[in-house]
Amino acid sequence: MKVLYFAWIRERVGKPEEVVEPPPEVTTVGELAAWLSQRGEEYAHAFANPQAVRAAIDRAHVKPGAAIAGAREIAFFPPMTGG
Amino acid sequence: MKVRLQRELFDTAAEAEALSRGRPDIGAVVTFTGLCRGDENGKPIAALTLEHYPGMAEEEISRHVAEAERRWPLLGVTVIHRYGRMEPGDPIVLVVTASAHRQAAFEAAEFLMDYLKTQAPFWKREERPDGGRWVDAKAEDDAAAERWNR
Repeated sequence: MKVLYFAWIRERVGKPEEVVEPPPEVTTVGELAAWLSQRGEEYAHAFANPQAVRAAIDRAHVKPGAAIAGAREIAFFPPMTGG
Repeated sequence: MKVRLQRELFDTAAEAEALSRGRPDIGAVVTFTGLCRGDENGKPIAALTLEHYPGMAEEEISRHVAEAERRWPLLGVTVIHRYGRMEPGDPIVLVVTASAHRQAAFEAAEFLMDYLKTQAPFWKREERPDGGRWVDAKAEDDAAAERWNR
């Protein structure tokens, strides 16, 4: 699945997007964030505070408990500051 | 419904005129323009850079416009949100709502702005003389969006 990063999460991870293949026991967005955070220091830094990370599946906001099965595109970003 | 994301400047008066031209059923047009301020929390800034999530930004704004159209008898809505670098005084966002009477247009414009602030995938980074930093989300913006759920 494709994972996208925005704002300071993108800066900390060091790339705007990538394709990942999490193991089958990773079933929710929150578990995906936890799995990503173990991939290296830059990921650990990006996901250090789960409260500050928001997520979207296929371009719609979701909560950490949302299932990732069938997702094409999962995005992680900080709370939004548009408008 | 017109939802547009663009790097370029927009013309508030032209957008408002385009929404109501040839529409004698429209009796009220409200425009809200959000500008880049020259300070953030009392500290001067040189510019803001807005990053967005292409695709989701359009879809998310369109979902909220559709929700506004369900809640109020609107006769037209235009939302334009810019991305890229802007300097103090530059317009960032435009919301235009049209209705037969003013209340629907006023309330829908406020509703849309409250949701754009907290739900549309945009992130502001400020440039300061001493460097840059990402703008923190504000609790009062969350509270402003939340009151529409009550």
